[in-house]
Amino acid sequence: MGLDALKRSLWVFHINTGSCNGCDIEIIAALTPRYDAERFGVKLVGSPRHADVLLVTGPVTRKMKERLIRAYEQMPEPKIVVVVGNCGSTGGVFYESYNLEGPIDKIIPVDIYVPGCPPRPEAIIHGLAKAWEKLEGMKKCKQQNL
Amino acid sequence: MNKSKKCSISIGPIHPALKEPIQIEVLVEGERVKDASFSLGHVHRGIEWMGLRRNPIQIIYLAERVCGICNISHPLAFCIAVENAANIRVPERAEYLRTIYAELERIHSHLLFLGVAAHELGFDSILHYIWLIREKVLDVIEYLTGNRITKAVLMIGGVRRDISKKQIPKIKEMLAYYKKAYEKLCEILLDDPTIKLRTRDIGVLSKEEALKLCAVGPTARASGVKKDTRQDFPYAAYADLDVEAITPDVLLGEIRGDVFDRIIVRLLEIKQSLELIEKCIKELPEGPTLYEPVLQKLLVDLKKVDNEGIALVEAPRGELIHYLRMQNSETLFAWKIRAPTYANMHTIVPMLKDSELADVPIIVASIDPCLSCANRAVLADKEAIIAQEKIHELCVKKTLKIKERLKRWEHV
Repeated sequence: MGLDALKRSLWVFHINTGSCNGCDIEIIAALTPRYDAERFGVKLVGSPRHADVLLVTGPVTRKMKERLIRAYEQMPEPKIVVVVGNCGSTGGVFYESYNLEGPIDKIIPVDIYVPGCPPRPEAIIHGLAKAWEKLEGMKKCKQQNL
Repeated sequence: MNKSKKCSISIGPIHPALKEPIQIEVLVEGERVKDASFSLGHVHRGIEWMGLRRNPIQIIYLAERVCGICNISHPLAFCIAVENAANIRVPERAEYLRTIYAELERIHSHLLFLGVAAHELGFDSILHYIWLIREKVLDVIEYLTGNRITKAVLMIGGVRRDISKKQIPKIKEMLAYYKKAYEKLCEILLDDPTIKLRTRDIGVLSKEEALKLCAVGPTARASGVKKDTRQDFPYAAYADLDVEAITPDVLLGEIRGDVFDRIIVRLLEIKQSLELIEKCIKELPEGPTLYEPVLQKLLVDLKKVDNEGIALVEAPRGELIHYLRMQNSETLFAWKIRAPTYANMHTIVPMLKDSELADVPIIVASIDPCLSCANRAVLADKEAIIAQEKIHELCVKKTLKIKERLKRWEHV
C-alpha cells in the first residue's frame, strides 16, 4: 500500500485514563519530527467531536471511567478505538489494583491493541495505520449498505 | 458579559495532548483570574497498596511505572530506601552508573518541558525542534539500557547493565551534540523578545511563598531558594561531583520567580547535567556493578530485614521521597511515596492569582506538573463554551499581538 492510498487524514483524540505518561510522551514523540506521523495527515485534535480515532492510554481509574465513556459517545460514527500500552490492554502491572475499572475493553469496544510498556513510536504509527485500514473498510461497507 | 460578575471555569481533566489528567478550577472576573483551586486523583492507581502485595524486586518495576518520565528517579529512590533498611553497600561503579542514568533522564525531562512550554506559548515550531533534539538523548538511553522510556536498569544493590568502554564514544558524541544544541536553545529561548515579553513577570512566586508552600526542585530554585537534594543530601555519586543548586541569578543577576526564571533554571540544569555526565565518565571507577547478582539470595537476605528506610532523590521535578518499612517478611510492611509534583501543585494557586486567562496554560505548565491537561476549559456558567482550543488560541493570539507590537517598536 503506497502513500497515495491515503485518501483521508486521520484525526486523533488522545485520552489519558490514568497512565504513567510513558505512552503519552511516546505518542507525542510519534508526532514530532523524528517519526513525524503528521506526514500521513495524522493530527491530534482538541475535541472528541472532531476525531476519527480515540487513542486511549492507561488502565482506567474509577474517576476517569465516566469521562472515557463520555468522550467515546461524543465521537461521530464511524469511529475506531486504539489502545496504546499494556496497562490499557490487560491491566499490565496494575492488574490487581482496587481503583481500576479497566482494562479498556471492559468499558468501551476496542478495535486495535498496541502492546508494549510503553510501545515504540513506530508501533503506535503501525497501530494507526491499522486503524485507518479498518476505518476505510467500515466506510466502504456503509456506502454499499452492507 | 458583565465584567464585574465572577464566574468559575473548570479546566480538565481531559486534555488532548500530553500527560496526565487534573482538574483545575479558576474563578475569573472578565479576563482576570481571581482565585484558583485544583483536584487530584484521576490517576490514582493504588500503587503503594499494590506494592505491599509484592516482593521488593517486583516493586522496582512497579515503582518505575509511577511516572513514565521520571522512571529512573522512582526506582532509584526505592532501591536506596531498601539499601538503607538492609544496610547494603552499593559498589562504587554502580553509584556512578546510577548518576549517569539519572542525569540522562534529567536532560530528556527538561527538554520535554521546554518543548511543552514553547507549545503552550504558541511556538509549535520550537516544540518540534526541541523534541527533535530530545531524540538524541533517547537514542543514547536506548543504546545503554535497551529501552527508550522505561529503562529497567536499576536493581537493589546496584544496576543491571554496565556501560562498557565501547559504549563511551557514543555518550561523548551525544555530549558534543548537546553542547552545540545548547547554544542554539539559549538563542531561541533567551534572546527572543516575544518569549521574554510573554513570560517575564507572569506567574510570579515569591521566595517567601515558595518556602511557605514547600516548593521543591526547579520551581523553588527559580524563586531563589537554593535547595537541591543533590547538594544538600547527596546520594549515588553526587557527593564526589560538587553539585550546586542553580538559581536564575547565575545568568541574569536577579531573581524574579516568574515563568521566564523557571525556563532559565531548567535550561541551565541541562548544561549542568551534561557536565556531570562528562565528569562521571572521566572518573568511572572499575569494579562490580551489583552487590548480589543472585537474586534469589538477595530476596532471602531481604526477608530477614526488620528496619525502616528512607531515601531522598532529586527527580527532574524536584525532591522525591520514598519511605518504607520491612518486617521480617517477603513483602513490605509499609511504603510511602511523596512525589515532587505533589509539593509543587500548591504553588500554582498564588501564581494564578491576578493573571490573565490566556496565561493559565503556561503558568500551570511552568511548574512542569507531572499532570497537564490544563488547557481544556469549558465555561458552563453562560451559554458560551470555551473549549481547550479556544484557550490555547487566546494564548497564541497574545503572543502574536506582542510580536506585532514588537515590530512596530522596531520601526519607531
